[in-house]
Order: sequence, then structure tokens, then C-alpha cells
Amino acid sequence: MATSDVVREPQLTIDQIGDELRATLAGRWTADQAPAVERCVADLLAAIGDERRIIFDLSSVERLDTLGAWVLDRTRHDLGASGHSADFVGARSEHHILLNEVAYRGFQPNPVVKRSWLIDFLSEVGQAVVAAGKDFAAGISFLGEVVIAMVRVATRPRRFRGPSLVHHLELIAFRGVPIIALISFLVGCIVAQQGIFQLRKFGATPFVVDLVGILTLREVGVLLTAIMVAGRSGSSFTAEIGSMKMREEIDALRVMGLDPIEVLIVPRLLALIIGLPLLAFLSDLAALYGGGLVAWIYGDVSPDVYLSRLRAAISLNTFLAGIIKAPFMALIIGLIASMEGLAVEGSAESLGRHVTSSVVKAIFMVIVVDGVFAMFFAAIRY
Amino acid sequence: MLDTRPRLGSDTQREAIIRVRGLEVGFGERTIMKDLDLDVYRGEILGFVGASGTGKSVLTRAVLGLIPKRAGTIEVFGENVDALSPASRKAIERRWGVLFQFGALFSSLSVKENVQVPMREYLHLSERLLDELAMLKIEMVGLKPDAADKLPSELSGGMIKRAALARALALDPEILFLDEPTSGLDPIGAGEFDDLIATLQRTLGLTVFMVTHDLDSLHTVCDRIAALGGGRIIAAGTIETMLASDHPWLKAYFHGKRARAVMASEA
Repeated sequence: MATSDVVREPQLTIDQIGDELRATLAGRWTADQAPAVERCVADLLAAIGDERRIIFDLSSVERLDTLGAWVLDRTRHDLGASGHSADFVGARSEHHILLNEVAYRGFQPNPVVKRSWLIDFLSEVGQAVVAAGKDFAAGISFLGEVVIAMVRVATRPRRFRGPSLVHHLELIAFRGVPIIALISFLVGCIVAQQGIFQLRKFGATPFVVDLVGILTLREVGVLLTAIMVAGRSGSSFTAEIGSMKMREEIDALRVMGLDPIEVLIVPRLLALIIGLPLLAFLSDLAALYGGGLVAWIYGDVSPDVYLSRLRAAISLNTFLAGIIKAPFMALIIGLIASMEGLAVEGSAESLGRHVTSSVVKAIFMVIVVDGVFAMFFAAIRY
Repeated sequence: MLDTRPRLGSDTQREAIIRVRGLEVGFGERTIMKDLDLDVYRGEILGFVGASGTGKSVLTRAVLGLIPKRAGTIEVFGENVDALSPASRKAIERRWGVLFQFGALFSSLSVKENVQVPMREYLHLSERLLDELAMLKIEMVGLKPDAADKLPSELSGGMIKRAALARALALDPEILFLDEPTSGLDPIGAGEFDDLIATLQRTLGLTVFMVTHDLDSLHTVCDRIAALGGGRIIAAGTIETMLASDHPWLKAYFHGKRARAVMASEA
């Protein structure tokens, strides 16, 4: 230790004096030197034979932090437990305080319970099934609460939050116009192009108008809109309501005697139920326009012919069969988004998980509902 | 020092670990602070007071580099933070710990994992040491060991403060920034927190920059107090300097009913 250079690495010199072992410490016993600190201590433990007394000389320690102090005091304690007597000498006063502050105490690691993967797997499957069942029951009961809140609002119209409804209508419907129109237009184009391409083989190109018209009005327009709205607005409902839940804003509403369902969910749900059919109608228009454009350019079906064939191919009930589904889909998206939002717990991770599951569940349920309607309309020959 | 302007609370003998000169910060049209000078000396606990909305947190965030400044220089550890390479800036960030007002614990990690985040990032520790050290910090700040595996959402306000302090101390920083550390704690808890900070400051040689409204903290643990008002430091010095000041806000603050109660209990 005769060097005058700044000693950075922690160092440990071991001298044997009689049956005493003297460990002289130098350098920095700090967290950034952690591997060297551990190595030094391991060297020391390896060097100890049958000496009874071990002395740590701390007088030339350059720096000591909680890590260094912890490791030293732990070593001292371990040595004491194995029948040696270990002491610190020469510690500077601030090092002494630090050593006292971090005085060794045992930390019991939490016992890790080992289970077989089969039991884990079965229990997870079981839990998932039970959770799905509970989800369904909670959905029904939530629907009930919402209906009660709506009835309450309907009987006392003064409690209805008009500005909130208009605000959400703007966010859901008006702001959604460009993207939904664009996507529907493109899908209309694609359906027409594929239709022409396939029908041309049979010389039945003009039938592409029937294809585009019926497909768009009955299925594609409303389905596309519902999926977009689930992604755009469903996710934002869940995130809004979820973060309000995290910041106790929902509880604040409750203690003021306001019903969160009435204040937060009814306006959003109504905005969805009004907005989604409007958007679906717009989507129908955009898809028909896109289909017409492609039919004209790619299939040589002039706009006059397109319009007259369209008039022959579709009737009001084709349009209604599509648009009737829209409010139901809106209700499902809104209910799922609100429920997931209210289920958010304290962490950011939980918020993310619920937003994801809101969108996934909503899209899934929208498609299921569409299927149910398809069967229903087929059964009543609508 | 070439600058010969008389400066409030400046002290040429001691090493300024944070030196702020001519700081100007504003948002849009609004200027929060202008021509602000502040020194924080190595090894002291500086209490930072000011009416709500005068920009105490803004100043702290400006020093930490979280919000841009319009003019002025900030030196930390003698280095101008604007002139630093990203690597040396990172090295400086390693040497300070921050306790945010509401804890800012990572909500998806347990308390222990929160404390281990900076350790894992900067230190090469064995898993065993990582666990032991995290538990040690958790105990040092006065939390029970069973709090280690809890998520922040399961903690009370005081426990969040303590857990956040444990995380701020994870790397044994040289400077500790505390934003209202005792707000929301019961008086006994707040007193313990003050003692804890004083002990840590002694043992680890910390420099503490503490934004606080707690008159008890100002009296018991702060070596020096700086008061912010009207976008600049209106006074800086020991508690005696503050008590002797003629500034109306300081008079109201240190001679108000609450302040008198604290003084009476100490006398």
C-alpha cells in the first residue's frame, strides 16, 4: 500500500499475526466496484484457517458506501456465526456510522412453491373458464345498470348531459369521418376490382354492381365501421375511464352522489349508438363510390349503367339489413369498453391490458353479433 | 470568481455542487423565473421554500434537465450540463437521486423491483447482492420487509414516499433531490423522515436539495434555506437569516401562526 497513486479498486491484504488474521482494506468499497468487492471477501474467506480472531483494518479505506458496508458487515456476521470473532478497527467516524446503519440483518427470501406444470395448466384453464363466465354475468348485470341509468335519465331529462353527448358525438362520429370514409372507399374499390376480375371469366362483368351493392350494404359497410370504431373509440373509452379509475376520479364522483354510469357511460354509449349508424351510412356511400369508380375505370361499366343496375339490385331492405345492426354493435362496443375501463386497477400495466382486451373483445363480439343477425335475417327471409 | 455582483447566500469558501446562474424558464408567453442565481454547497441540506405556484418544482425540474431553460447556465459537480456529451451526462445522472412529489414509482413493478431498476442498469451485482441491497435500502427508509413484494398501488401515501426514497438512494447518490418529501405524512412519520434524511446525509455525505413546506423540517434538518418569490431567490441563508428578513412573504411564512407553534414547541 506504499503507492501514492489514488487507489480505486478495493484491495485486501491479509497478514497472519499469531492466531490472529489481520485484513487490511484499501481503495473504494463502493457499488461500482461490486464484483471486486465480492472477490476480495471471497479471497478472505478462503484464506481463513483455524484462526479464532479476525480483524478488519478499515483505516485506509478510501470510500465506503452502503454496498461496501453491507458486504463487510455481512462477512463479519457470517464469521461470527461460524465461531470466529471478527472486529472492525480504524474505521473513520463516518464509516462507523454507515456500518452501524447497515448493520447485518437476515433477509428471508420468499419461499418459492413448486408445482407440477400439469396442475398449473389445468388450474389456468379452469380459471380462464370461470373468468369468462363471470365476465358474461358481469356484462349482463352491467347492461342492467346502464338500462336503469338510462331510464332514470329519460324520466328526468334535466339530468341528461347534453354537452357531454355532443362532445363524444364529435369525437366518435365527426372526427372518425375521414378515416372511415377512406378505408370504406378502398375496400369498395378492392371488392369491385376482385369481382370484375373473377366475373370477367364468365362474361358477367356487369354483375359486379350487384356484388358491390349487396355486399357493401348488408355486411361490409357496417362491419368495417364497427371494427374501426371499436379500435378508435372503444380503446379511448377504456383508457379514459381506466385512468379516471386509477386517479380515484370515479370514487370522487361517487362520494359526491353522482352516478359514474350516468355521468360517464350513458353519454358515451348514446353517442356511440347515434354515431355508429351515421358512420355506417357514410361507409356505405364511400364503398359504393369506390366500387363505382373501379367498375367504370377497370370494368368499363359507365356511371349511368352502374347507377341503374344498382337501383335494380338493391332495395331499401338491403340497406336496412345492414344499418339495423349498427346500434347493437355500438351498444356492445360501448358496454365492453366501459366495463374494461372500470376494471382497471392501480398499475399502468393493468390499464394497457384492459385497453387491449376491450378492443379484442369488442371486435370479436361485433363479428359474433353480425353472424347472429345473418342467421336471423336468413330465417325470416329479410 | 470573476462575477462581482453581490449574491444572496453565496459563499466563496465552500464548493458549490450545484451552481445556477441567470436562469430563465418560461412556458409560452409566461415567464416563471428570470435571472435566478442559486448555489447548493457540498454536504449541506438546502431547504427550498416559496409560495405555491412560484416555480419551486419548475426550478428543480430545470436543474434535472426535465424542462428546457431559455437562458442561463446550470453547473452540477462543476460541469456545465449543457456542454456535456450524452455519456458524461449519464454519468452525472448516476450521481443524483430524485424523490418526486408523488413518488413516481413504476406501477407495474414491486417495491423491490423499483429499487433494483437503477441498480440493474448501472451496477454489476450478483442476484444475491442485488436482493440484499434492495432489502437493505427498503429497511433503511423504514419500510417493513413484507412491503418489498407489494405493488405501488397497494401502498399508503407514506409508504410510497419511503419506497420512492429507497429508489432514489439505490445508487448511493451524492445529491438527493426531494420534492416535498414530508407532505402527506403524519407528523411522527414526517419527523422520522427528517431524521432519516439527516442520518443519511451524515453517513453517505449527501447533499440534499429539498423543496418543502414543512416548517419542522426547515427548523430541524435544513442547514440553509433559500426562498423563491417573483421568479428569483429572495433570500438564502440559515433559519436565523430567514427569521430576521424583512421581506413580507418571509415574515408571513416564518412568523405566521403555524411557524410560531413550531418555535414554541422547540423552545
